[in-house]
Amino acid sequence: MENIPEKEENKIYENEEKVTITIDGRDYEVPKGLTVLEAARMVNIEIPSLCYLKDINEIGTCRVCVVEVEGSRTLQPSCVYPVREGLRVRTNTERVRRARRTAVSLLLSNHHRECTTCVANLNCELQNVAADLGIRNIPFTGEKVDYGVHNNNPAIQRDYNKCINCRRCMAICNKIQECYVYSPINRGFDTLIAPAFQKDLSEVSCIMCGQCVLACPTGSLAEKEHINEVLEAISDPNKHVIAQTAPSIQVTIGEPFGMPVGSFVAGKLVAALKRIGFDKVFATDVTADLTIMEESEELLHRLFHEPDKLPLLSSCCPGWVKYAEHFFPEFLPNLSSTKSPHEMCGALSKTWYAQKYGIDPDKIVNVAIMPCTAKKYEVARPEMESDGYRNVDYVLTTRELTRMIRETGLDFPNLPEEEYDEPFDQYSGAGMIFGATGGLFEAVLRTVHEKITGDKMEVPDYTDEHVQSGLKYGRVTIGDKTLNIAIAHGTGNAKRALDRMKRGEWKIHFMEVMACPGGCVGGGGQPILGSRDHKFISLSYRHNRADALFNVEKGKKIRRSHENPRVRQIYEEFLGHPASEKANKYLHTSYIPRGRHPYLVDEKHYKGYNEKD
Amino acid sequence: MKLQQLNSKDDLVRVREETYNNMKLRFKEENVEKEINKYHILVCTGAGCISSRSNSVHKKLDKEIKKRKLQEKVKVFKTGCFGLCKLGPIVVVHPDRTFYTKVDPKDVDEILEMHIEKGQPVERLFYRSPKTNEVQKTIDEVDFFDYQNRIALRNCGVINPEDITEYIAMDGYMALADILVNKTDPKVIIEEIKQSGLRGRGGGGFLTGKKWEYASAYESDKKFVLCNADEGDPGAFMDRSILEGDPHSVIEAMIIAGYCIGAHKGYIYVRAEYEAALNRIEKALDQAKKMGLLGKNILGSSFDFDLDIRLGAGAFVCGEETALIQSTMGLRGEPRPRPPFPAEVGLWEQPTLNNNVETYANIPIILRKGADWYSSIGTEGSKGTKVFALAGQINNTGLIEVPMGTKLKTIIYDIGGGIHDNKEFKALQTGGPSGGCIPSDLLTTEVDYESLADIGSMMGSGGMIVMDQTDCMVDIARFYLEFAHDESCGKCVPCRVGTKRLLEILQKITSGKGEMEDLEILENLCYDIKDSSLCGLGQTAPNPVLSTLQYFRDEYITHVKEKRCPAKVCNELLKVVISEEKCVACGICARVCPVNAITGEHKKPPFKIHQDVCIKCGACVQKCPVDAIYKE
Repeated sequence: MENIPEKEENKIYENEEKVTITIDGRDYEVPKGLTVLEAARMVNIEIPSLCYLKDINEIGTCRVCVVEVEGSRTLQPSCVYPVREGLRVRTNTERVRRARRTAVSLLLSNHHRECTTCVANLNCELQNVAADLGIRNIPFTGEKVDYGVHNNNPAIQRDYNKCINCRRCMAICNKIQECYVYSPINRGFDTLIAPAFQKDLSEVSCIMCGQCVLACPTGSLAEKEHINEVLEAISDPNKHVIAQTAPSIQVTIGEPFGMPVGSFVAGKLVAALKRIGFDKVFATDVTADLTIMEESEELLHRLFHEPDKLPLLSSCCPGWVKYAEHFFPEFLPNLSSTKSPHEMCGALSKTWYAQKYGIDPDKIVNVAIMPCTAKKYEVARPEMESDGYRNVDYVLTTRELTRMIRETGLDFPNLPEEEYDEPFDQYSGAGMIFGATGGLFEAVLRTVHEKITGDKMEVPDYTDEHVQSGLKYGRVTIGDKTLNIAIAHGTGNAKRALDRMKRGEWKIHFMEVMACPGGCVGGGGQPILGSRDHKFISLSYRHNRADALFNVEKGKKIRRSHENPRVRQIYEEFLGHPASEKANKYLHTSYIPRGRHPYLVDEKHYKGYNEKD
Repeated sequence: MKLQQLNSKDDLVRVREETYNNMKLRFKEENVEKEINKYHILVCTGAGCISSRSNSVHKKLDKEIKKRKLQEKVKVFKTGCFGLCKLGPIVVVHPDRTFYTKVDPKDVDEILEMHIEKGQPVERLFYRSPKTNEVQKTIDEVDFFDYQNRIALRNCGVINPEDITEYIAMDGYMALADILVNKTDPKVIIEEIKQSGLRGRGGGGFLTGKKWEYASAYESDKKFVLCNADEGDPGAFMDRSILEGDPHSVIEAMIIAGYCIGAHKGYIYVRAEYEAALNRIEKALDQAKKMGLLGKNILGSSFDFDLDIRLGAGAFVCGEETALIQSTMGLRGEPRPRPPFPAEVGLWEQPTLNNNVETYANIPIILRKGADWYSSIGTEGSKGTKVFALAGQINNTGLIEVPMGTKLKTIIYDIGGGIHDNKEFKALQTGGPSGGCIPSDLLTTEVDYESLADIGSMMGSGGMIVMDQTDCMVDIARFYLEFAHDESCGKCVPCRVGTKRLLEILQKITSGKGEMEDLEILENLCYDIKDSSLCGLGQTAPNPVLSTLQYFRDEYITHVKEKRCPAKVCNELLKVVISEEKCVACGICARVCPVNAITGEHKKPPFKIHQDVCIKCGACVQKCPVDAIYKE
């Protein structure tokens, strides 16, 4: 399979060519092409930084990483200053310390310092830098900008008063996701980084993926919290509260509790949710298997009966779906109509499950624990309703669940391992790997392969797609059929693929798209690993999470969705067969073009959070 | 105007000869006796004179000449800035070289009747030297020009900038033609410019030849030449005047620059509010294209070069070259860290050569007269001349060009004619918002890049503002800080937040709420902003504060400790009072007061101002018929 290089190639730390530089009087040999900051961190000299986000935002605006460069009149930002032979740098002089403290003090003098009640408290880069630099009093007083909080959408809230104008949100949105939501508005002291005309995110072509939230060093960007609503439901004895957990949560929820990145903690996760008080804990992986069944059926149908409706584009990522609705409406007929797994779980929990266990669907509250902010928006889409009931009532991000676990007082790493509840307990490896880029494609392939050839194919057969290149393109042969396939993660990469299709350069049968780089393991609702944990502040830790998913999957007995006994049971007892009338009613949905400038359109196509209440 | 395509240097020379013959009578050394009955009237149409209605003067002249049927005898031309903007509109009558100042459209009849028809110049419009108070009749006598050496401004006030042939008559495009005919090696040209010692006139002072060398060294099939005409310092108009008075010198230099670095496309980035300048460049580009001096196969050679205009919206930061490049490409004008420098990564990430208008204007004449000639003018480190814009409390406000090394004193007293109303000099502000204030004991400083930097100011683009005892230095610092704070792009922290905090401290001091420790915070913050800002704007924004703290610290202390403004400028530290002796109790003050703060009985002095109500607007001070009301 061909790996299409990303726009910004990762800088190679193993560059053969070396240069010798002097940092604080000691000589070091470092690879050519690095910046002073990267070189210093490589040799274990920590230079504080705020606006720097490796490979994504290297613009030298915060001036916290300044160093003395010999021969230079002023201090230089180390995050953008390239190393060169003979370069002499000092990172630890009075002049440097003073400038750093002044920069941070200035930021703090214009920052609404509500640390104790801030969503980023104890996980805030600004807080960390201020602590490291020993800032005790701020000599400057004066006006603070007050642009308030914008949160008239179900997913992401923007607190402008905590923004430090580092532009990391803007960089990731422009460079990686290519949604171009943020830009600088006004100038000087009044500058703010916001959507055009400071519109709310719901009024612009934002896909709610939450990558900006991950990139934000402070509490300026955060998910809209729904913890209290969920706790209220749990406390209500009349409610039957179900938690369902996305596959990727199983490898990420351990991180905030000090467990190594990539720890597989499904059992502890279930144990924690039960202790918090959920009546049932379901695995969304089961309905991921169901998604694969439906999507495979759709692919086969289009392959053999409606080739004009190819390529089939995956639809389980709400961020990607919204991206297509905003930017590529011409491809909407190509989107698979299957709902995302958690919506399927929601739909089935209030129909099949309710009937089977004799529970009034009116009393069921379905809470999805997701790695995702876009899912918060997805549950508010008017389409996501079955038999008069919202499929899913609340979505909590991994971070919100972390807060709930802490509030409940659970020692997460030492919890016992517990099992998911029937009937959403058994799942195949195929459903599990949904959580990382390439996983969906591989899962679909396993099912489609058997349906076309009748053979069980050896698993895994396509290891290539685990490589985390942003866009992959290739072909697979199944029996006498050859399929052209593509895998994209990060909507910028999806855009490149779609552009190639539009230009006729690519003829594709099936494409998997995940809006977030790395897939759900890199989702906008996942734990934010701060500067203290990761000295090369980047988003590269998602690789480890993905590896964990694939490794655990290798040990699973059932690795094909259609072999999952629960899936068979659901079809036998309720749906009949994939793409049946009933399946269409409960497991499929539709899309609408939204335009690039939705604020120009009066009618809103989804219910905003406030309107929902 | 009919313009013919020029296909060779010979064509160019022919145009030069033809036009020069027609212009002869404007020059002193030519024998024009036999054409004694012909006149050229030059009307300054620089923006300064335009605002004092020189366009009406020009129109009226045109109309009256037709009415009086003098077309054969007199020709009227627009021309560029003479520099004496305060006395505009300026009109010069050739071949007599009579220098008229403050010409009103009403004076046109008299000039035509007396001077042209009767041969008697209109004496009341002559220049009167503020220094000697004597009347100076011709342009050669006017002592304003005595210490000047007009190189960049060589054609301003001499040619009609809207006629390309007049530029050609002054040897224009000849440097370019020579290069194209001889196929001169770009290295030779760059070496010549390096040897001349010309340094960037935008304020940076980087050796121009070096800059060209770097830009030519980077390999790329697409390179760009850029002209920074985004002059933004308050009170500075050097670049504007050059573009208004001699646009072709910039165009010629840019074509040569393109030839040297291997670029075929250039942009002039000019602020949109420079209406007259813009108009002239547009005309100039159009004429140059028609004559084949821009476009494909310039002067029949194999070299192609084209120029376009990009309009700036007037953001000060867009004068910074990386911000200018962003803005030229249509993006938000924000600087980015260097390296990489624009010579490597510039417009559309291609190598780009960016120079200031005045720098370009010097290039053609350097190439014609040689590096040795140019480097013989000026000081050791700074060669040639520099154009300055004189403003503030000085008699001859306007535009001057002096050799580097001229004493500040000479500029203020000999050229500028001294301080307005014979007041006492207090400080000279150079370099605009990025520069500093120079006190009187440093006026013997010889102006060049290093000497000004040494005394805490800078050359900048060439603004010079003279202040006298009625100016409060703390308030001046506050004014410049307000400007920098307004114009900060908001990208980097020290400039975005730091200038705001500086301004707030200064506002605190000027409103009498300052404390001594504020001075320390102020000074420290100044140094940190200088040291750590991203671009030149932030790095130099604290200069006005630092230099006034250095030379006028006592004024700050008076504001802080005594809560008093010695220059009586800072409103919040003043009160308006009525002199008991002088007051005649006419009641006018009470009537004009917008807040009814003044009470008194008619004819029973004195009237009284209630300080708790008074808003210190000063209306009463102005209206008092006996000058009994004053601020203290």
